[in-house]
Amino acid sequence: MAPSRISTPRLLGVLAFLVGVFVLVPAFIALTGRWDFYYTLTSVALLSVAAAGVWLTFYIGRINIGQGAYALTGGYVSAILITQHGISFWLTLPLAGVFCAAVSVLIGLPILRLRGVYFAMVTLVLTEVARLTALALPITNGAKGITSIPLPGELSIFGLTIIPDFATLENPKLAFYLMAAVLMVVTYLVLWRIVNSRLGHLCRSLQQNEELSASIGVNTAMLRVLAYAISSFFGGLAGAIFVAISQSIYPSSFVVQDSVNFMLYCFLGGLGYVFGPMLGTLLLYFGWDLLSVAKEYQLLIYSGALIALMLVLPNGVLSLLDRKGGRK
Amino acid sequence: MEQILANGLYLGAQYALIALGLTLIFSLMNVLNFAHGQMYVFGGFVTYTVVAQFGLPFIVGLIASALVLAVMGALIERFLFRPVIRKSKRDESTMLLAAGIAFFLDAVILLLFGEKQRGVPKVVNGVFNWDMRLIMPYDRILIAVLAIALIVGFILFMQYSRTGRAMRALAQDRMAAQLMGVDVDRYSMIGFALGAMLAGLVGGLLVTITGINLGMGGPTSVKAFLMIMIGGAGVISGAIAGGFILGMMESIGLTVLAAYGDVTYLVIFVTLMIFLAIRPQGLMGKPWG
Repeated sequence: MAPSRISTPRLLGVLAFLVGVFVLVPAFIALTGRWDFYYTLTSVALLSVAAAGVWLTFYIGRINIGQGAYALTGGYVSAILITQHGISFWLTLPLAGVFCAAVSVLIGLPILRLRGVYFAMVTLVLTEVARLTALALPITNGAKGITSIPLPGELSIFGLTIIPDFATLENPKLAFYLMAAVLMVVTYLVLWRIVNSRLGHLCRSLQQNEELSASIGVNTAMLRVLAYAISSFFGGLAGAIFVAISQSIYPSSFVVQDSVNFMLYCFLGGLGYVFGPMLGTLLLYFGWDLLSVAKEYQLLIYSGALIALMLVLPNGVLSLLDRKGGRK
Repeated sequence: MEQILANGLYLGAQYALIALGLTLIFSLMNVLNFAHGQMYVFGGFVTYTVVAQFGLPFIVGLIASALVLAVMGALIERFLFRPVIRKSKRDESTMLLAAGIAFFLDAVILLLFGEKQRGVPKVVNGVFNWDMRLIMPYDRILIAVLAIALIVGFILFMQYSRTGRAMRALAQDRMAAQLMGVDVDRYSMIGFALGAMLAGLVGGLLVTITGINLGMGGPTSVKAFLMIMIGGAGVISGAIAGGFILGMMESIGLTVLAAYGDVTYLVIFVTLMIFLAIRPQGLMGKPWG
């Protein structure tokens, strides 16, 4: 699909995207004064990070409706480490991801043997398990959740401040937006790198025919656990930042609905395209936000558009590119 | 003890009926119907409207629910699922469509019936009391009996009618059924309508006891998924078994685990995941569905 060497138009496209995200969007918001867009766009960026994980599990041929579980887990790990152990937010961020990856290996080993709708349904149940566990465990503080979590502190190396304390900033919204956008860009860079590496080829072979790829010596069991762990890492990361933004977490912070949404973002963008989940998240989440002017008809229009889009483009929005470029 | 078993049976009968519709749709079209819970809620609201607003007898409401949902199911299959299945590259695309329909039905329910909890008056009064060992209101017994009668009727229909035979053939092997002269499109539509009708019927039955509200759709879908996972997706006996097993587990769990707080469902979920790790296709399912 992608050429091995990065072509000039592609590079220009990436540059335009970066300029758009880091320069044009803040400029536009400063001009129009719609500061509320920052929150929406930050959410879009973070949700698309989690959706990138879901996309990776799609890539090995598994329907993952359990990303909400890892987002919730990551959020709780970060929140507990900050409030009860006084660890810096920046350190809890990778820890939350790693914790989620470790959990996903444990859970993934048995359940990744399942396929098709069975895997889909188990992961759906997983989201419920995470919610109920958060309710039952004493460390998560039950239904009351964990609140008044401090904003991310200063990050410095050898006394050199890299990221200032968020509490001292006059505009933490912008800071959160930039952080989420950087994370999003890095995530998709990693994803793109994975897909265009040997690992990506192996994943594609899993997607097409697992028995066949096992028969030519691919370690399918290890590969799918690896892909699932990376996927959950992204989920945990996104969850941890969400907690930092809302400064609170409850068992109902990520529910089945969110897990289903992550899946929808991937579908809508197109499962065959690395940047599909990002576009899907932007369209669905931003579209939902804009539709709030329609009041009680919001859900009706939103779901109607979703169904219509599915009828017209069942392979995702990015499949439009296919048609333009001729048959593959 | 008797009480727990009776509660389990009562819950199981209604659960099995929900799972039947879901598994029927899945076996025929390989579609995981996310909107099943919403169809159930819709059926409940139709019965409520007919019985409580128009003042007609309960049975009329039930029939109205069945009809409305059957028509809705047929239309959804004909105009939404069929074209998408034909055009999409991956089977899973139907999941997005199903989720979209779930949202859409939620929106329609909200606009038509509002967000309030609704219920209809009891169909029969009185409580069955056997020596204080088993206490059960008569209306619950009635609903359980009706549900079991519907399940039996459904099995007989699938087993002995021409339509039922065609649908079973379709579930077994779509291509072979087509080659044997089964009108695949027609029976897919009938199957979807039947599945939606079952969901509507359960909604109509339960509106007399627990009432109905907008928020019940999603959790009902999740429970229905659980049941067909226990029994095996796409297998009718499996759906019935799954329904009764979940009903029993819930009933026993709520009694035994009450001391430890609200952990019944956590225990059920974890048990299920361990069970599926050992037997991925459920009790009676075909491997890889």
